[in-house]
Amino acid sequence: MSHPESEIVRFDNVGLRYGTDKEVLTDVSFTLFPGSFYFLTGASGAGKTSLLRLLYLSQRPSRGLIRMFGTDAITLPRGRLPGFRRRIGVVFQDFRLVSHLSAFDNVALPLRVAGVSETDITKPVKDMLEWVGLGDRMGARPATLSGGEQQRVAIARAVIARPDMLVADEPTGNVDPEMALKLLRLFESLNRLGTTVVVATHDAHLIRNVPESLIMRLDRGRLSDPTGALRYPPRRSAPAARLDMTDQ
Amino acid sequence: MSVTDPQTSSGQLPGTQTSAAKAARWLAAWRMRGASGDARLLPENQLTGPMPWVIAIMIALTVVAAASGLALRNMAYTASADLEGGVTVQIVSAAPAERKRQALAALTALHAAPEVASASPVAQDELNALVEPWLGTRPGDDLEALPIPALIDVRLDTRLSGGATPARLAALRARIARVAPAARIDAQAGWLAPVFRAINALQWLASGLITLLALATMAAVLLASRNALSNHRETIEVVHMLGGTDRQIARVFQRSMAFDAAAGGLAGLVLGVITIAALGRQFAPLGSGMVGSAVLGWSDWIVIALIPLLGVGLAVLTARLTVLAALRRML
Repeated sequence: MSHPESEIVRFDNVGLRYGTDKEVLTDVSFTLFPGSFYFLTGASGAGKTSLLRLLYLSQRPSRGLIRMFGTDAITLPRGRLPGFRRRIGVVFQDFRLVSHLSAFDNVALPLRVAGVSETDITKPVKDMLEWVGLGDRMGARPATLSGGEQQRVAIARAVIARPDMLVADEPTGNVDPEMALKLLRLFESLNRLGTTVVVATHDAHLIRNVPESLIMRLDRGRLSDPTGALRYPPRRSAPAARLDMTDQ
Repeated sequence: MSVTDPQTSSGQLPGTQTSAAKAARWLAAWRMRGASGDARLLPENQLTGPMPWVIAIMIALTVVAAASGLALRNMAYTASADLEGGVTVQIVSAAPAERKRQALAALTALHAAPEVASASPVAQDELNALVEPWLGTRPGDDLEALPIPALIDVRLDTRLSGGATPARLAALRARIARVAPAARIDAQAGWLAPVFRAINALQWLASGLITLLALATMAAVLLASRNALSNHRETIEVVHMLGGTDRQIARVFQRSMAFDAAAGGLAGLVLGVITIAALGRQFAPLGSGMVGSAVLGWSDWIVIALIPLLGVGLAVLTARLTVLAALRRML
């Protein structure tokens, strides 16, 4: 059974449709625990991005129940959403960097939104950019950065505020394998500090590098959970839902 | 805090920037002075160029309309105060001797009346001068022979019971009729009633214009804000996803609108005051009678100086409400 007192996210029979189209997500049920590491896999169009949009509260579901951080996210008043969103770091597939801001200001954005003083922003942002290898590109606008550099800025922006949950959509798609592993190590470091990490990826090599991770596989909008381990995971035990990734 | 952006100065060697580029950079830096982190969420020029000019035109027109309304009010007030207790007594008699006798009798009766503050006959020379443009003054003409009414200018004591009310006129008429049956008594304000009605209508017109200009300003700000929201929708969504609140985003728009409106308001005030001064110079040669009393006092200038401030407040409030209403439709 699940443990509501310790779960960070719970989906119960969640369905999502856009307009009057057929459901892109159907009867999705799972539980995420603090400090766990999840990979979300599935073919293109399986609904990964839609599921992530629900996770980072950019979309409300058409049906079902979602609890986040112990609160019903379906009936959550709009005014309380910012507080919840600040606990979630997001790496968008298309980066979504703010074009008129420098790399530094993009990474500083979550801190500024949270009201952190400018004097407390400079060092952590510089350190973060140094860490992702962009120490010499702090003043560059996104348009002048390569795809890989933009992706690293996007990741730095997602993790700078030490979120409770990190949601990343194909975060290593535009970087070389060496940088991909380095970024993965960053995610693991955050994970070890207690951040729940959810990474949507097609990269089987990446998944194999985090042996203790759990796999969430979407197939045409349905979450594959043959053992029920995603819905009713054992209390912080060994990885329970590793699925075959040979087709990824 | 902002890291130096090599892109902003790229493309030109140091020291080769044009004056326009320098001015633009200075303006941008000035706009960001004291800006909190919120101010960096969107580009500082998100409300785009024409807005300050639109506001400048609106403020200039409002200043001229308000100045006109205030001058008309002053003119009406002065004229009304002058005429409030004014009464004209005409002795209409074709016989000069009888006219003189009744005029003297009426004057005596008026002096004896408690509600009359003063009564003085209009000199024959003045009467002659009044009719001269119509009758001419050829040698040999005898204006005295013409049956021009004798006039008595009367001031009622307005402290007792107001101005020349119908009741007071009726009482005065009864008192004088006994000694001067040829007397006709009229309130001076009555002659100018159509003028006062016209002035009143012009004041309403000025008020209507100011209201329409305020509505037009609000409409322009609303459209500019919606346009800016549309242009930066993607950025706003990102800021929302990072936990930004509607108020934080609205503050950015408010701040930008405040700058645009302040610049436009100042320009509009200057333009409006120049227009008022030019109009004043045009009307100055007419400076007698009612027109001469259409001047602006120091309190009027304070009201005019407040117009740009009210314009800024209106623009900022409109921008805030527009942005908040639009953001509420987003998740």
